[in-house]
Amino acid sequence: MFKQIAGASALMLAMASPVHAVDIAIVAELSGGGAPAGTQYRDGIMLAIEEINASGGILGEKIKVTQHDTQTDPQISKGLVTKAIDDGAYVIMGTVYSSSTIVNMFEAMNAGVPQIVGAEAPNITQKGNPYVFRTAYGAHRGVPSLTGYFRDNLKAKKVAVTWVNNEFGKGGHDVFVAEMKKAGINVIADIPSEAGAADFAADVSRLKSAGADAVFVYLHEEESARFLKEAKKQGLKTPLVGEVTLTGQKVIDLAGDAANGAVAHVGLTAQANVKSIQDFGKKFSAKYGHQTDHNGIKGYIGMWAVKYVTEMNGAFDQKKFADKMHGLCLDVNKHPNMLLTTCWDKDGELARESFMVEVQNGKQVVTTTVAAAK
Amino acid sequence: MEQLIQVILSGLATGSIYALAAIGFTLIWQAAQTVNFAQGEFVMLPAFFVLIGINFLGMPLWLAMLFGLALSVLILGVAFKRILVDPLLSHGGLSLIIATMAVAILMKELVKEFYSAEAQPYPALVPQGAWDLSGVIISLQDISHLIICFVVIVGLTLFLDKTKVGRCMQAAAQNAAVAEILGVNVKRMILYTFVVNAVLATLASFLITPVYLAKFSSGEYLGLIAFIAAIVGGFNQVRGALAGGLLIGVLDNITATYITAEYRQAIPLLLLIAVILFKPEGILGKPEGRAV
Repeated sequence: MFKQIAGASALMLAMASPVHAVDIAIVAELSGGGAPAGTQYRDGIMLAIEEINASGGILGEKIKVTQHDTQTDPQISKGLVTKAIDDGAYVIMGTVYSSSTIVNMFEAMNAGVPQIVGAEAPNITQKGNPYVFRTAYGAHRGVPSLTGYFRDNLKAKKVAVTWVNNEFGKGGHDVFVAEMKKAGINVIADIPSEAGAADFAADVSRLKSAGADAVFVYLHEEESARFLKEAKKQGLKTPLVGEVTLTGQKVIDLAGDAANGAVAHVGLTAQANVKSIQDFGKKFSAKYGHQTDHNGIKGYIGMWAVKYVTEMNGAFDQKKFADKMHGLCLDVNKHPNMLLTTCWDKDGELARESFMVEVQNGKQVVTTTVAAAK
Repeated sequence: MEQLIQVILSGLATGSIYALAAIGFTLIWQAAQTVNFAQGEFVMLPAFFVLIGINFLGMPLWLAMLFGLALSVLILGVAFKRILVDPLLSHGGLSLIIATMAVAILMKELVKEFYSAEAQPYPALVPQGAWDLSGVIISLQDISHLIICFVVIVGLTLFLDKTKVGRCMQAAAQNAAVAEILGVNVKRMILYTFVVNAVLATLASFLITPVYLAKFSSGEYLGLIAFIAAIVGGFNQVRGALAGGLLIGVLDNITATYITAEYRQAIPLLLLIAVILFKPEGILGKPEGRAV
């Protein structure tokens, strides 16, 4: 009799308590073309989790993390998000690639699981999904920051654009072309390439013959590195300007001195003249033996945002979490691990300071700080 | 006109590297009547041997390349032949083809597991500058690749045609039974063929990886293109593989520059279909009869 009562009590207790309250699932591009971005994002998250657990966890609960490799395949990412939901994830961290996020985010939305993504395609936050939140600017917020640079700094009258033909690239390309039209700048060459492309000889040759005043490069990290190497090989002298990826640390590592002179608008950079970001960069390097790029910072602040928001709510409630995030600003003075004051609007779109950078002698150098978008 | 010259030159340089890998297909076909679908991975792997030499063993580049070459000859040449080809060859070419597919997957996964899934920077073997000849920018890297590949392919052709060992290798490839009666050590000749293939794949790896970057998946596209190049040029002729590689390299660049970048990857496949329909032995291949 006693055993039966004890067993029933244990079962009731188990049912009453939030069994998977602090299960965090990382669904990211850990191999395939997106690995440079996905592994950095993962590493940033893992560093944050280590710190959060060391400081007592979230609401006193330690975080249990599972890692899922999408292999940079959207369909696999969809299956893995479903698996993470079935396993009881409180929040899903990832994916980073827009082409995967646009496919898998509805699984999380239908299950009511908040998803903190690194994706930048504009349409991610334009589909009415109340559970998706960015850790970086969408291209429709980031790319317009470059318009002034093309018009005022470079005095460009005609530009070329080379872009990766997928969800991420198309999003940035469309915003850029529209921005140039508004600014009265002609887009005289429009060159798409496939994700994972290895040979950019023809693309660079076309850019050279186009005679543009500047080139907007909107490719993933590995392709950006191959493009920069080919541009150097063919002696392309036109200024190369990008958004985020073109000057990423991984691109600099891969392209070597071919990356020198590239300019980009970046939402986050370890080279920003901001002490909290520089301190994070040092911690990251000490732990992993390589430098962080913007994706590492994105993962880190995304994970810390999960802690801050959950503790504001006082409960592991996924709906409350999503509701709280909409219209929320996390002030860096009160929430130091956000590194910069960060706000989310009603669509999960993000706003914060950003930076213009140039690669000089193999290092990202911040040239201008851009105010947060309204 | 300047652009066309540059595009052709760049295509020839890339095509010559495709040719090195494509020749491996023809050599193995002739020696073992099978297709090595791990050929792309044979080109991917030596680059990682070099990176291990540099990053973990602290070797200078030249020594790491020798280390990479030696490991490739041992693993991709001798061990591949002894461990995989010898036991399976008597069961027919098909089982060996399937086995090479498995080897390709295994090699990719091993690199991913034990080195990295991310692309790695890789030092250039040749100078990176460029010459400006009346507006035509000539890349030293392209010219160097072209020269190295031609020297190696001409050297290989001379070796096969003019040396005793080369002629024995050809005899073993053409008719193993008769060659054996004539005193040729057929097993040894087949082993030499696999070693030559490993050397060619290693050279292709050293030349292409600074451009494509070292990555576990980099052999996928390269293997496919080299396979198509070998068929287009003529699967039973070394010079056919050379012609096929160069043709695909140039056509790919011209298509992407002047016609369409989106569908550039379809061009080799269209070429393959055209060759199969109108000249199934390949551009420079010889028709082969089979007793049934």
